[in-house]
Amino acid sequence: MTQWIDVCSFDDLEPNSGVCALVNNQQVAIFYFPNEDKIFAIGNYDPIGKANVLSRGMVGDIKGEPVVASPLYKQHFSLRSGQCLEQDDQVPCYSVRLYDGRVQLAEPT
Amino acid sequence: MSVKKTLVVIGNGMVGQNFLETLVTSSAYADYQVVTFCEEPRVAYDRVHLSEFFSGKSADDLSLVESGFFDKNNITLHLGDRALRIDRDNKQVVSQKGEKIAYDKVVIASGSYPFVPPMPGHDREGCLVYRTIEDLEAITKAAKNAKTGAVVGGGLLGLEAAKALTDLGLDTHVVEFAPRLMAVQLDEGGAAMLRSKIEALGVTIHTSKNTQKIVDGEHARHKMCFADGEELETDLILFSAGIRPRDDIAQESFLEIGQRGGIVIDNQCLTSDPDIYAIGECALWNNQIFGLVAPGYQMARTVVAQLEEKEAAFLGADMSTKLKLMGVDVASIGDAHAKTQGALIYTYQDGSSEIYKRIVVSADKKNLLGAVLVGDSSGYGTLLQYCLNGIELPENPDALILPSRSDESVGLGPDALPASAQICSCHDVSKGQVCEAITAGYQDIGALKSETKAATGCGGCTALLKSVLDCELDKLGFEVNTDICEHFPHTRQDLYNLVMVDEIKTFDELLTSHGRGRGCEVCRQAVGSILASYWNEYVLEKQHLGVQDTNDVYLANMQKDGTYSIVPRVTGGEISPDMLIALGEVGKKYGLYTKITGGQRIDLFGAQINQLPAIWDELIVAGFESGHAYGKSLRTVKSCVGSTWCRFGIDDSVSLAIELENRYKGLRAPHKIKMAVSGCTRECAEAQGKDIGVIATEHGWNLYVCGNGGMKPRHADLFATNLDKETLIKYIDRVLIFYVRTADRLQRTSVWMENMEGGLDYLKSVVIDDRLNICTQLEQQMDYVIETYQCEWKTTLESPEHLKRFRHFVNSDQLDEGVVFVEERGQVRPANEQEREQLVTFRPMEDA
Ligand SMILES: Cc1cc2nc3c(=O)[nH]c(=O)nc-3n(C[C@H](O)[C@H](O)[C@H](O)COP(=O)(O)OP(=O)(O)OC[C@H]3O[C@@H](n4cnc5c(N)ncnc54)[C@H](O)[C@@H]3O)c2cc1C
Ligand code: SF4
Ligand code: FES
Repeated sequence: MTQWIDVCSFDDLEPNSGVCALVNNQQVAIFYFPNEDKIFAIGNYDPIGKANVLSRGMVGDIKGEPVVASPLYKQHFSLRSGQCLEQDDQVPCYSVRLYDGRVQLAEPT
Repeated sequence: MSVKKTLVVIGNGMVGQNFLETLVTSSAYADYQVVTFCEEPRVAYDRVHLSEFFSGKSADDLSLVESGFFDKNNITLHLGDRALRIDRDNKQVVSQKGEKIAYDKVVIASGSYPFVPPMPGHDREGCLVYRTIEDLEAITKAAKNAKTGAVVGGGLLGLEAAKALTDLGLDTHVVEFAPRLMAVQLDEGGAAMLRSKIEALGVTIHTSKNTQKIVDGEHARHKMCFADGEELETDLILFSAGIRPRDDIAQESFLEIGQRGGIVIDNQCLTSDPDIYAIGECALWNNQIFGLVAPGYQMARTVVAQLEEKEAAFLGADMSTKLKLMGVDVASIGDAHAKTQGALIYTYQDGSSEIYKRIVVSADKKNLLGAVLVGDSSGYGTLLQYCLNGIELPENPDALILPSRSDESVGLGPDALPASAQICSCHDVSKGQVCEAITAGYQDIGALKSETKAATGCGGCTALLKSVLDCELDKLGFEVNTDICEHFPHTRQDLYNLVMVDEIKTFDELLTSHGRGRGCEVCRQAVGSILASYWNEYVLEKQHLGVQDTNDVYLANMQKDGTYSIVPRVTGGEISPDMLIALGEVGKKYGLYTKITGGQRIDLFGAQINQLPAIWDELIVAGFESGHAYGKSLRTVKSCVGSTWCRFGIDDSVSLAIELENRYKGLRAPHKIKMAVSGCTRECAEAQGKDIGVIATEHGWNLYVCGNGGMKPRHADLFATNLDKETLIKYIDRVLIFYVRTADRLQRTSVWMENMEGGLDYLKSVVIDDRLNICTQLEQQMDYVIETYQCEWKTTLESPEHLKRFRHFVNSDQLDEGVVFVEERGQVRPANEQEREQLVTFRPMEDA
């Protein structure tokens, strides 16, 4: 059974934008799309810019795929897979849910 | 292997260099070993733009030779060495430094020299000419101890020289032998209009003056004595009384010389020796010297073609010119003086806006023979095409020069031009060649320019080239996709208009009504900027957060390691010791790296998100406010110290800079905007490299627009002269809002101007003459932006709700462990990867 880790309150999320949370000593970027009521979570470390910044990028989609653009050099990372669309790099991707007003992350298996 | 033949090129001026460039890309290049003599101490430079030396261009900026050109193409260059004679019997070129080069072919491109009338006193100290960079250096030096300057000769070059003297701050006179200015190019009416415009700029013009001698002056260094008994006292004299071909080498080599000088050439540019060519200003073709670059380039092409063993001929050249003299548009086309039998003349004169136009038409009214334009040369391109291509004139030819009362344009659409029509005369590019390149895939203006070379000379044909491009793309059925991204089928300008017309206030509203999908960083950034420019709301409001780019979203500049730098506003670069101390204390307390920026401010680096509010709290208490360095918005108004302190200052540049910065601070735009104000023409604030530049003159302020430093430097265009402060501010308001409205996303004013159809003249007509009838609107919008200004950091600190975002983790107060600094020269800097590995492994990991 999936173990869910409590992260933060739903009110801590920023609409159409990201926040960063510290979960098990990992930096996780969490994005919230209010129009479709969706939350995504991927690693916060940008492997190209080599800094913990992805939560601070702008969100959107490329041909339907939800993405964040790195705030440093603007490569896109899929919010569903963590895959970089421009080059062969990938960041971790996490399952995330809203439970009783709290944001929870699935313990990676 | 065949042995290469030797080709010696004498003179490395504009035409000599153009010849070399054409040669190395031709098939003949493989057959020749090339040697060139360059008498000047530097290789070819752009004489056409020589005067820009006075507005800040260096000799390097003017150079026409790409670095490494000679090495790369294996050309032997003898710099600072003059070819003395061509020993035709032994087939050798002999130089001053003793070189002897055996040749197979020679090309002479020795140019010309300024003619100095041999009157008594012509060689006194301080009597100078205007042709080389050394001449300009001598003029600058002489001007230091001079108050007045006189130019002998009121032709094209003379007036350019006069401009230089006024720029150097001299009280300037022009002395002309003929009864009018620019007698070669202009008729009486045009010359009179030009004269009144130039006199209005403070230059004194003396016509019908024959200088007989120059002697010691009583109040100034020299006294010029004229045949009519009048006299003029002046400290400096510049001769610009025409040019004479440099045919000395041809004389030494016994080549045929024209009666009044010039190396005689035939249609193949061959001299009287079948192995020696002459090209450029030294060459005499059909008893004519061509004192412009375009014909010289044409001759260079003719010679290269022959070396390739192709047929080619030089059959004369069009001497039409369009230029700006002291800010006045002047153009002359073809038979300006109506010398053709039966020619009809139409003139149009608008006394109030000081425009003069004249066209010369054939007796049957079918063809345009010539034209003169003063004050407004916007019709030059069209008229020139009529004239050169023999295109039949409309029924009422005067429509070509009368101001159009309706929206109907009388301009020639590019479609009307035959394929043979010359689009670019500098590089002889025809419409056919342009169309070919377009079909081959060079479909934006930049690619087209580098492919065809059109519009890379004087630039005069850029607008025409662009219209040919647009027209051809249209015909090819290309729909030029100008959509900003996949989420909006609109350009930035469309989006701007939608926001205005539908009064849209958020990105979501715009996306729902006019777009699709979730948006992306491209359209979000663009719309964020549009909304901020138009509504000027606090950018961190929840509904605007998602459209803020990297820096705006935390009101600070993100650096490579994810930390931020902070730049408080220092208006006009003026800062008190107390404020400096306050900055220093904040820097010290938070361990920030400090550096002076190019915009006369101080940048504090290395702050983490969590620290930003505390830092700003202290800065605001000390009296600072946000510097908007994080926004695509007005950055700084740099200033020199100006008349308050400077010995040369003409006006108070600091006060004006502060006023401008306070006026426009917070204005968000398609890209950042930089300004500067200089207190005199010495231009210590480098205003001509800024989006908006202002320079004090004796009579007010000169306004420059659309300059840029940085990646692609662009010299700003002189927009208006001698303005009072009120008019100056009005014009800046209008230019800026017009830029905000019409530029593309992330387009600096320099590129905006380069791409603007109609260019500077168009912008002037919008801003000064209110051609679009929008100036009131533009000013109102600026007023609104100014009224709604806020220091975004002050607003942020006042709101606990907004402050909440300023932490690295939503669920912890820890700082980002990935940020690691090391020390260098007594300050911090981000650790590099190696240093980081060493440092981080030794740090104990904490548990979450
Ligand atoms: C201020 C100014 C503004 C101008 N504006 C315009 C304009 O707007 N439009 C336009 O079309 N034209 C303009 N011109 C004219 C244009 O600059 C000339 O037409 C062009 O430079 C001619 O090129 P050239 O190579 O024939 O001569 P140059 O450029 O003069 O080059 C000749 C070179 O050969 C060298 N030389 C001579 N003899 C020898 C020798 N024996 N051995 C070695 N080297 C030798 C000379 O020192 C010189 O460097 C302007 C000129 C000036 C001075
Ligand atoms: S530009 Fe300014 S600092 Fe420079 S000389 Fe002129 S007034 Fe002085
Ligand atoms: S006409 Fe000079 S660049 Fe084209």
